[in-house]
Amino acid sequence: MAQVTLNNVRKVYPNGFEAVKPASFAINDGEFVVLVGPSGCGKSTMLRMIAGLEDISSGELNIGDRVVNDVDPADRDIAMVFQNYALYPHMTVAKNIGYGLKNRKIPADQIAAKVQEAATMLNLTEYLDRKPSQLSGGQRQRVAMGRAIVRDPSLFLFDEPLSNLDAKLRNQMRIEIKALQRRLGVTSVYVTHDQVEAMTMADRIIVMNGGVIEQIGTPSEVYHSPASTFVASFMGAPPMNLLNGHAAGGRVRVGDHDLHHHDQDRPLTVGIRPEDIVPDTTGPLQINVSLIEELGAHRLLHGTLQDQAITIHVGKDHPVTTGPIYAAVKPNAVSLFDVESGMRL
Amino acid sequence: MKRAGFSHRWLPILFLVPQLAIIFVFFYWPALHAIRSSFFLQDPFGFGENFVGLKNYTAMFKSAAYMRSAWFTVIFTVLVTVLSLSIALLLAVKADKVIRGAKTYRTLLMWAYAVAPPVAGVIGLVLFDQSWGPIKDFVALFGWDFRLGVNYFDTAFAMIFVSVWKQLPVNFIFFMSGLQSIPKSVREAALIDNRSASGRFWDVTFPLLAPTGFFLLITNITYALFDTFGIIDTIVKGKPGNNPMTLVYKVYVDGFRGNDLGGSSAQSVVLMILVLALTVFQFRLVERRIHYT
Amino acid sequence: MTVSKRFRWSAVLDHSILIMGALLMILPVVMLLQMASTTDVHTMKNGPGLVFGDQLPLNFQKAMFKADGFTGANTGVRMLYNSMILGFGFAIGKIVVGMMAAYAIVYFRLRFATLAFWVIFTTLLLPLEVRILPSYEIVQKLGMLNTYQGLIIPLIASATATFFFRQFFRAIPEELVEAARIDGAGPIKFFVDILVPLSRTMIAAMFIIMFIYGWNQYLWPTMITTDEGMYTLVRGIKQITQVNEGTNLPEYGRSNLLSIIAILPPVLIVIFFQRWFVKGLTESDK
Repeated sequence: MAQVTLNNVRKVYPNGFEAVKPASFAINDGEFVVLVGPSGCGKSTMLRMIAGLEDISSGELNIGDRVVNDVDPADRDIAMVFQNYALYPHMTVAKNIGYGLKNRKIPADQIAAKVQEAATMLNLTEYLDRKPSQLSGGQRQRVAMGRAIVRDPSLFLFDEPLSNLDAKLRNQMRIEIKALQRRLGVTSVYVTHDQVEAMTMADRIIVMNGGVIEQIGTPSEVYHSPASTFVASFMGAPPMNLLNGHAAGGRVRVGDHDLHHHDQDRPLTVGIRPEDIVPDTTGPLQINVSLIEELGAHRLLHGTLQDQAITIHVGKDHPVTTGPIYAAVKPNAVSLFDVESGMRL
Repeated sequence: MKRAGFSHRWLPILFLVPQLAIIFVFFYWPALHAIRSSFFLQDPFGFGENFVGLKNYTAMFKSAAYMRSAWFTVIFTVLVTVLSLSIALLLAVKADKVIRGAKTYRTLLMWAYAVAPPVAGVIGLVLFDQSWGPIKDFVALFGWDFRLGVNYFDTAFAMIFVSVWKQLPVNFIFFMSGLQSIPKSVREAALIDNRSASGRFWDVTFPLLAPTGFFLLITNITYALFDTFGIIDTIVKGKPGNNPMTLVYKVYVDGFRGNDLGGSSAQSVVLMILVLALTVFQFRLVERRIHYT
Repeated sequence: MTVSKRFRWSAVLDHSILIMGALLMILPVVMLLQMASTTDVHTMKNGPGLVFGDQLPLNFQKAMFKADGFTGANTGVRMLYNSMILGFGFAIGKIVVGMMAAYAIVYFRLRFATLAFWVIFTTLLLPLEVRILPSYEIVQKLGMLNTYQGLIIPLIASATATFFFRQFFRAIPEELVEAARIDGAGPIKFFVDILVPLSRTMIAAMFIIMFIYGWNQYLWPTMITTDEGMYTLVRGIKQITQVNEGTNLPEYGRSNLLSIIAILPPVLIVIFFQRWFVKGLTESDK
């Protein structure tokens, strides 16, 4: 088991592109950390630097109490699960799982026992003699997991391991991976572009954008107190409503609606989660609803507030119609951001 | 290169050495040697050489025999390419269409790929034999007195016939694979849009085969220029005499038999430039092909 | 669409064209075989005919064991043996050399990788035929005339196999080498444990194409082998047709049967390994 520490770790490609700007953070022993962000944000590069598949341009990376900048991937005591599984197509499931152990010169009987143990854990015992091409997507995913856990690594690395699966299987594997990690207690870094995966699996989330870490925090912190407008709009589906507002005389206003209080007089961006706006016939906001999205358990109302687009999340029991409605904002549910930098105030 | 490639000092060099050594000794050295020789005149008895500048080249282009051979090569190449491509395309389209016996037809039409050119030449010698060649007998019915190895035109005809025969399987295989790579959905869409089979062929199938066709065009030209050597050498029975010959065959005859090293080298250099031009042309087509799919 | 099968004239036409094509390809070889089954005297008078004779065993005997020339070394058996060596030697040599070079180019961080690439791939531009004389001189200087090395190695000096394997290696998912590195496999282990087994079908396809290519070589063996014991079948045919030319009773049976023996191994390979053959051909020439 190990702690991972990054100290000003940076990646610049030979063509001058800075994929990861100097980043520093620490991952605690046994913690499940999810790196999330849009494609090209540098999250995969970050993971690959931790794995040793990509050189670190500057800064220092520690796994456990070792500086591993120049350590070979095989010697970092890590295991990695790839997006396309990267199973060796010509080897059986058992050989795939055991290949890393074989390279460590572990005796064959011990390898067999370990493979068997991993296979039992992952319900793969009947498939040990099959080739990867004879397995379903979910089974391949499990083999990739098996290859990782059989090595007893001090660190698990996941590179979008679920994105090749269909939606139903994805939900199931999400739970399995999380449960397995809890059981083994191995420190894990998980890369995904799917904010639902990030929210549901992570102990802590690291949100990245354009090679920069935007926020590090628990799912709840990231969701409810986003550090920037980018995080606010990236996390959550539908995203947080971001409205142009203005603070004057201690009050924050959007158009002529009073929403919050703020001490300085300045223009600002007002963020409110769709579920934090509730229809209320006596509420202060007048919203013009133009479209209703029926989602079964709840509904989304899309409309405008003073010509600005806004989305409201309402329960299935609430009667809705298009046209003007009145609504109120839940207390303490408003986030304020600087207009220029997008940073939380 | 793979982004996670290995960093190792001497291993990749070790892996590259056999290939590079062979290439330097048996490719670059002879190629440069040919270019150098083309500017020299060798003493026929092996006593040294004299620098003569471009004289070998000017002599070559002034030589009636060379120009005759060049023209024959052009006509030969065009005919072999056009005939074998069009016959192979017809056969491929039909073989792709029929359901019964498709596999048998395919095998029967592609096996001759493995026939060595000189054996194809032997077949030509038999087919056009002076006393009882079946094709010679057949054309005699129309009053054509076929004289292989005697009449320039007749010999050229036999060379083209055999060369086309030998190249049919290659073209057939590539056209078949080109046809099979046309997505089923596209064919089905065409089936709905156009009821005429020939219309479908010219509007949909043929344009989609164009990349294969361009590629084969270059392959066939290269084939006609170089790989027909064995056919020609067998048909003229090693005695070029007054018979038609391609430029490559002439390089061999002048250099190896005639000992005119400088002249032969100059011919080689001209061929090199020709092939180079063809290849550049081909690469540009390949580049364009990427946009096609 | 009607359920019952209708008689279609277009189908008849399609099959007629295909049958004519198939006959065009096959009849000439059947003709060679027929001529090899009759006596040479009969052939000389009548040429090819429709009836097979009983002379095949005798002609086979002559084809395999009789020799021309002064040394008597170029029997059919000897030439078959030489052809096998050329075919196998060329195919194996080319694949081994090509795979190694492609591996170095694709999977290593090399400072001069681009240079190596161009140096190697320029060889695709010029076929052996245009540099045949200087190549001959060099082989002569190296004392490799009438040797198997002299026959095989210069033919390997073009990068078709390297190019082919480079394309194939590049198409292998990146993650495979990454997974192998995390699994503790070094460059040699990765090559032996993963890359070579993964390339099995490619190697088979390439082998077939290269074997046929080597077996069918004509110009180069003609120049490089003057020793009759070094003749290959394809090269030997030339001598037989020349000998036939100068005699009163040409040995049609023997020469035709030798021609058939010369094409038999590659033809059988094409027929029995058709899928790999087509794959090798269509994917290597791109």
